[in-house]
Amino acid sequence: QDWQVRYQQDTPVAPRFDVNAPDLYIPAMAFLTYILLAGLALGTQNRFSPDSLGLLASSALAWLLLEVLSVLLSLYLVTVSTDLTPIDLVAFAGYKYVGMIVGLVAGLLLGRVGYYVALTWCCLSIFVFMIRTLRLKLLSEAAAEGVLVRGAKNQLRMYLTMAIAAAQPLFMYWLTFHLLR
Amino acid sequence: MAFTLYSLLQASLLIVNAVAVLHEERFLRHVGWGSDQGIGGFGEEPGIKAQLTNLIRSIRTVMRGKGTIFTIIIMIMMIIIT
Repeated sequence: QDWQVRYQQDTPVAPRFDVNAPDLYIPAMAFLTYILLAGLALGTQNRFSPDSLGLLASSALAWLLLEVLSVLLSLYLVTVSTDLTPIDLVAFAGYKYVGMIVGLVAGLLLGRVGYYVALTWCCLSIFVFMIRTLRLKLLSEAAAEGVLVRGAKNQLRMYLTMAIAAAQPLFMYWLTFHLLR
Repeated sequence: MAFTLYSLLQASLLIVNAVAVLHEERFLRHVGWGSDQGIGGFGEEPGIKAQLTNLIRSIRTVMRGKGTIFTIIIMIMMIIIT
């Protein structure tokens, strides 16, 4: 099955025509589901109160904003010429909420062991997904094909891709472990 | 995890103010981050240091006008509300 993003005369095709284009539907829905699930998890431990839901939402939104801003800053500092808009970055940052939801559900149903297993698998899959997507967008043509291109700039871009992809599992763990005490 | 949007706003405001206060002549020149210190090179590679220098200079330029007013407004709001 072809997972590549399709292009039409050098610009990415809109999500209506392409299943693999990044759009904000999945991240937005996953974000809201995460907040509701977090409220549920708190409720099962008798730690729930109505304003804690608002606090959770605000906190998750703040982390998201911080992550997108730091990615934008690092992209500016490394001077990559990419066609990633800030909205694209918001969409990519929102994809980890799907993994968080799976981890939370597994943790609620199966206890801590289920939580760790599901979270590990989701972290690995998000890591691979991020590396693949960002590799196409950030690195130069030759490096994206798999050829090892030497040079400081390409190496810096590779490190940046790795760092962005590695930050996702960290965030996933950080935002969920305190809900399943 | 009490990390709200408001605390993010406060932190970013403080950081931007701190960057804007870095005096160019007295301090940055000695470290080697002045804005006229050989960023030149019309070639391909600006490099991270040149980007950072440009960023600091542009933050200072923005803060001169609207940034100061914005900070003062936010500070007055913080004093009144808290």
